[in-house]
Amino acid sequence: MRNIFLFIRRYFNFIFFVLVQALSLTFLFRYNKFHEAAFMKVANEGTGWFNTKYDRVETYFNLKKTNEELANQNLILQNELKSNFFSPDSTSRLIKDTIPYDTLGHYRQYLWRSAKVVNNSIGLQNNYITLHRGELQGIKMDMGVVSATGIVGRVINVSENYAVVMSLLHRQSSVSAKIKKTGEVGTVQWDGESPSYVNMTNVPKSVSITKGDTIVTSQYSYLYPQGVMIGTVLEIVNDKASNFYTLRLKPATDFYKLEYVMVVENTQKDEQKKLEEAAKTNQ
Amino acid sequence: MSDLLKNIIRFTLFILIQVFVLFQVKPLHQFIVPYLYFLYILWLPFNTPRLALTFTGFVFGLTLDYFTKTPGLHAAACTLIAYVRPFLVSVLISQEGADQNYRSPSVTSMGLAPYATYVVILTLLHHTYLVFLEWMQFGSFWYFMGKVLGTTGVSLLLILVTEILFYRKQRFKTNTA
Repeated sequence: MRNIFLFIRRYFNFIFFVLVQALSLTFLFRYNKFHEAAFMKVANEGTGWFNTKYDRVETYFNLKKTNEELANQNLILQNELKSNFFSPDSTSRLIKDTIPYDTLGHYRQYLWRSAKVVNNSIGLQNNYITLHRGELQGIKMDMGVVSATGIVGRVINVSENYAVVMSLLHRQSSVSAKIKKTGEVGTVQWDGESPSYVNMTNVPKSVSITKGDTIVTSQYSYLYPQGVMIGTVLEIVNDKASNFYTLRLKPATDFYKLEYVMVVENTQKDEQKKLEEAAKTNQ
Repeated sequence: MSDLLKNIIRFTLFILIQVFVLFQVKPLHQFIVPYLYFLYILWLPFNTPRLALTFTGFVFGLTLDYFTKTPGLHAAACTLIAYVRPFLVSVLISQEGADQNYRSPSVTSMGLAPYATYVVILTLLHHTYLVFLEWMQFGSFWYFMGKVLGTTGVSLLLILVTEILFYRKQRFKTNTA
């Protein structure tokens, strides 16, 4: 017994090192699976405080661009107003619908909330964005995040006042996308090389596609409404060994200057997922 | 200023500079990430107990991890270099008893060549381990080699600039003082 204690005392430094090392590796590999590590919620509040302080200064440098983006988005929305369209039919009248559910069975499927970006990284292999809006303000796990120009990512962790978003520029991010012109569905991923490009895979070679084509979110995504812009085709990579094209896209969102984003909640996501799970287990 | 207070201030400064200055630099290439923060561990005083050194490394790395949302990644690399540090110091120190006569590792206390070796080995070790952990999750062998070399080069350059800009004056400690 005495020898054991002596042994532990002698190699205590090494044992401590191994323990600490094991602890950090557990954190690391657990986090990639569940995106929830020890103290992450508490730490989010702490780092979020620092990020907000820094962001207060940084915001001023991007004000002009933010304003332009907002004005453009307003323009698009203004053009979609019903009052812009003339209807020759005398029986039609303009109704503004504010009730989320009516007797005809119209449901609100997507609910949008705005959020301020307080931290954003682009230079790493796994990039994350921090939003100053959390659980108390209605943000939940697995919501889509969209900027004024295109998609940004998905919420993977929330604390009381902050939310962490897995950016599209993340090794594990994957978005179901389609070509706007023809409707072919593929997957958009990031290979970690440069923050100015993302890749779209699984596009069959039968599709006629040209540079500059628009890629939008597909109808199969849980997170985003369909038709939100992802990017435009920059280059078509023709791999002779496969039946699929790989498209290099220029992301529609400018990840270098994110200021305000919108968080989309799909109110029917849980129902859809549950039904699909049930169908799988029944087989 | 006491050593403890000085190191607490350094701790905060290194983290803030890494997060809000170096990580905000626009990426040049995927192999190049400007890392400087681990210099804090290289600058810790000689007389830090080994246990405290390892523990400081862990806490320091984890603090950065919570900013980058990769808990454990930098913590693992920092504990490794904090653990290896005392061995390297005892091998590389040239003057007899320099680790008792001076406060912390620097060019004046260790001499130029031993200090440079000390910095290069620990930087390389830190980046190799860091990129290795990343490589286990994704990437190819060339990604691993390229990123280790690229990042080490940039880090050494940054350390050189920091050492010149913030020259640490070190007095010879004597028993009479």
